[in-house]
Amino acid sequence: MSQATESDVREDGIIESVSGPVVTARDLDARMNDVVYVGSEGLMGEVIEIEGNITTIQVYEETSGVSPGEPVEGTGAPLSVDLGPGMLDAIYDGVQRPLDVLEEKMGSPYLDRGVDAPGIDLEKTWEFEPTVEEGDTVESGDIVGTVPETPSIDHKVMVPPDYEGGEVTATESGNFTVEETVVELDNGEEIQMRQEWPVRSQRPAKDKETPTEPLISGQRVLDGLFPIAKGGTAAIPGPFGSGKTVTQHQLAKWADADIVVYVGCGERGNEMTEVIEDFPELEDPITGNALMDRTCLIANTSNMPVAARESCVYTGITIAEYFRDMGYDVALMADSTSRWAEAMREISSRLEEMPGEEGYPAYLSARLSEFYERAGYFQNINDTEGSVSVIGAVSPPGGDFSEPVTQNTLRIVKTFWALDADLAERRHFPSINWNESYSLYRDQLDPWFVENVREDWPETRQWAIDTLDEEAELQEIVQLVGKDALPEDQQLTLEIARYLREAWLQQNAFHPTDTYCEPEKTYRIMDAIKTYNDAAFEALEAGVPVEEITDIDAAPRLNRIGVQEDYNEYIDDLEDDITSEIREMY
Amino acid sequence: MKEYQTITEISGPLVFVETDEPVGYDEIVEIETGDGQTRRGQVLESASDYVAIQVFEGTEGIDRNASVRFLGETMKMPVTEDLLGRVMDGTGQPIDGGPEIVPDERQDIVGAAINPYSREYPEEFIQTGVSAIDGMNTLVRGQKLPIFSASGLPHNDLALQIARQASVPEEEEGDDEDGSEFAVIFGAMGITAEEANEFMDDFERTGALERSVVFMNLADDPAVERTITPRLALTTAEYLAFEKDYHVLVILTDMTNYCEALREIGAAREEVPGRRGYPGYMYTDLAQLYERAGRIEGREGSVTQIPILTMPGDDDTHPIPDLTGYITEGQIYIDRDLNSQGVQPPINVLPSLSRLMDDGIGEGLTRADHADVKDQIFAAYAEGEDLRDLVNIVGREALSELDNKYLDFADRFEDEFVDQGFDEDRDIDETLELGWDLLSMLPKDALNRIDEELIEEHYREEEQAEEVAAD
Repeated sequence: MSQATESDVREDGIIESVSGPVVTARDLDARMNDVVYVGSEGLMGEVIEIEGNITTIQVYEETSGVSPGEPVEGTGAPLSVDLGPGMLDAIYDGVQRPLDVLEEKMGSPYLDRGVDAPGIDLEKTWEFEPTVEEGDTVESGDIVGTVPETPSIDHKVMVPPDYEGGEVTATESGNFTVEETVVELDNGEEIQMRQEWPVRSQRPAKDKETPTEPLISGQRVLDGLFPIAKGGTAAIPGPFGSGKTVTQHQLAKWADADIVVYVGCGERGNEMTEVIEDFPELEDPITGNALMDRTCLIANTSNMPVAARESCVYTGITIAEYFRDMGYDVALMADSTSRWAEAMREISSRLEEMPGEEGYPAYLSARLSEFYERAGYFQNINDTEGSVSVIGAVSPPGGDFSEPVTQNTLRIVKTFWALDADLAERRHFPSINWNESYSLYRDQLDPWFVENVREDWPETRQWAIDTLDEEAELQEIVQLVGKDALPEDQQLTLEIARYLREAWLQQNAFHPTDTYCEPEKTYRIMDAIKTYNDAAFEALEAGVPVEEITDIDAAPRLNRIGVQEDYNEYIDDLEDDITSEIREMY
Repeated sequence: MKEYQTITEISGPLVFVETDEPVGYDEIVEIETGDGQTRRGQVLESASDYVAIQVFEGTEGIDRNASVRFLGETMKMPVTEDLLGRVMDGTGQPIDGGPEIVPDERQDIVGAAINPYSREYPEEFIQTGVSAIDGMNTLVRGQKLPIFSASGLPHNDLALQIARQASVPEEEEGDDEDGSEFAVIFGAMGITAEEANEFMDDFERTGALERSVVFMNLADDPAVERTITPRLALTTAEYLAFEKDYHVLVILTDMTNYCEALREIGAAREEVPGRRGYPGYMYTDLAQLYERAGRIEGREGSVTQIPILTMPGDDDTHPIPDLTGYITEGQIYIDRDLNSQGVQPPINVLPSLSRLMDDGIGEGLTRADHADVKDQIFAAYAEGEDLRDLVNIVGREALSELDNKYLDFADRFEDEFVDQGFDEDRDIDETLELGWDLLSMLPKDALNRIDEELIEEHYREEEQAEEVAAD
């Protein structure tokens, strides 16, 4: 949060009324969306409506005890974030105040009011290495130097997008604070490591491209059946207890993005604490460094002020875009977008706006699409390529997907991971329903899987989908007549589908090996089940009774592939055993 | 302190007063009626020339001549360790005839949010002695785990059983190095006098009262008062936990009545309603209660919450259970069918869930086989439950041998594992061994969720032999 540094303070106003997070002020000279400081404690707020002499402000902190007549001070700047080295490994509240700094400044484990803190440490020095020389010409957005921010990530210092650019007149390597000038240009512009950007505007880019590379999640059901692209969008709706948060955490841990921005929006405090405690200890499967080195956390728990809940997703996506500009692949997880929508609803109802569907404001759909549109695979203005993938959890009331937030989200996103309470109840995790979910990226990502994993990836996957579809149909009959009344080949299909569900789709997030499954392993488990399938159906045709085929000793070992570290050897042996055991029957 | 006699409107629980001096939002107000009674209230909206006040003790008897005093501070309550053993009404006034409360401190009842950075992740197992909870949906210190119940079900008996039996295994071994004691805070909102007696009798009978603090808002007390009762309970809990190192268990019943009171205030203010007439900010409001559970780094104590709510029409998609489920770390379902079968406590483990369980169990915490056993029991019981529908149509003979075993498993699971009576206290070893007894009904290779080594260690070969012999 950076308004504190803006010095052109506007005319003061006077508080007219206070109702929860909504405060109105008289005689305040401020523009729409400007940040203001409210009351004698200087609570941070944002202008959301101007009507004649009266300005309406949403306040990001508790307003208990604030009374009419207290002053309101304008800053003349919109809500912005500080961008620069120091954001990784950090944990922020919804308006980018670092929570560790707040704890220190407040001297208490409780969040107090009226305490300000810059988003990045202004005193810490960073080792700047220029990538331009005197005499070079740089344009806005160009990379002028690098800073080793964490062992995993080199932070690229860029010409701010609102600078014109010009010829470099001075630069040197060395240790600087984020406010010191590291590059000077001939038109007088001075470039620091820190820049500001208003959270509600998208950072500019040259071009948006069609994504062709998958964001590998290490989760079999996602990579195998419903992949998301780098630069893609996905929604995870599900009732409570169906595993939204675990799925989001798994993605934040294992997705092969360079940077992960995790926005905990209106969720549980203990869950955020889990992330804060777990991530520093976990290892990034790609670089081997601590996961925290590539992660930026934004935590605005459900009991923190509602207006800051509204802003936290914007804070998150602006940080994500900044790293995208450096040419990184960024994944943003928002848990949960429903809480964000509810925050909009709460503010809207305090403003006494005419409600749309279920009390949500009429602009709900516009806000959602605006947000998801900031995702994508981009050609940046400095000609690097970077992506922002957005994965939003949705918490539909009563698990009913027909409610406005789910429906408006589904109209925009291209991947839909439907969580299912029934699956969760029988502890089938991740409880992503394979019949309801979809990914519109599947076809455009197939070439990547063919090239990087196996040539017959699309065919094998199609076989798995067909088998699962057939199972769903057969289950309806089984419900009526029982399994034994089915013909033998259908009984066998059910058995194969069961292995697909138990050995392939289920994955134990809490098992040290099974928690991450590389695409090769995803393929091999699927293929091992197919091997069993092919051998079994051959035997069935040759007249072997189905009970004997399904009763073989080797088959249950399929369920244990997930937990094998040296899975290749295990699967080779298993496939041999299965085929030879079945071969012996006829 | 200025007094006003400028009430302009009285409507339901709300009073509107014209003012000529600024009044702070959320400030406490005293209203004195003509007959000398004092009512307390809180500022809901403050504008430069008028103030809307929500009156806790009901507005009857207030007229336009009543005098209104603004106390210039937000609602605070006296806190002290001496609160233990005391019984208060829903606004925090003692009703047990005991001495005046001499406060150590006065604390704001709207607690500030705990900085997520300062929290400590809860992972200390609490043994409730109830197998369906300990084994299948483990409670840990600092968790908020509600009981989803409905009218006519014995949720209070379960809450009492937990309050009676809850312990942390290390305490039993006499290893009390941190010196932390256990305390129960009971916040009742709109429960009947009969229910209240049931709780009080049990507290007195078991001697639990001396380590308890009770806040009672009964069904015939003003509804608006219910909005502060849980806040008093939680403020006391936070004080005892984080200042005095107690491990506090807070039981709040019935959250449904609390939400009804919120709706009443919302309607009186003519707010735009959300689902089913409940206010749009109910999620935030409930979160401000539930999120006050937890642990704080560097403090000994903990606040664990068990809110009880009755689901209108047994419907868990109703806004109250729905919003609660999205905030709390799991839920325990009380099931009507199990209750009519006489299962005590009638906990349906399948939809129940404890989100913090996975980090609170395992080697060093409970037992190495706990997670696997739990997963396998869930899978087997779910399978058995599914088959029950089928059996009604095709009969047992049409099912395979394995399917029959699953059916038997589901029956025995309910009769032996879940049904233990409200007076039996089982430790975690007993619970898990019982789990193995049941799982050993199934053939070894059906136990696909359990590590092979654990199967070798715990599987009861003799159970199988008996099964075969019985066939």
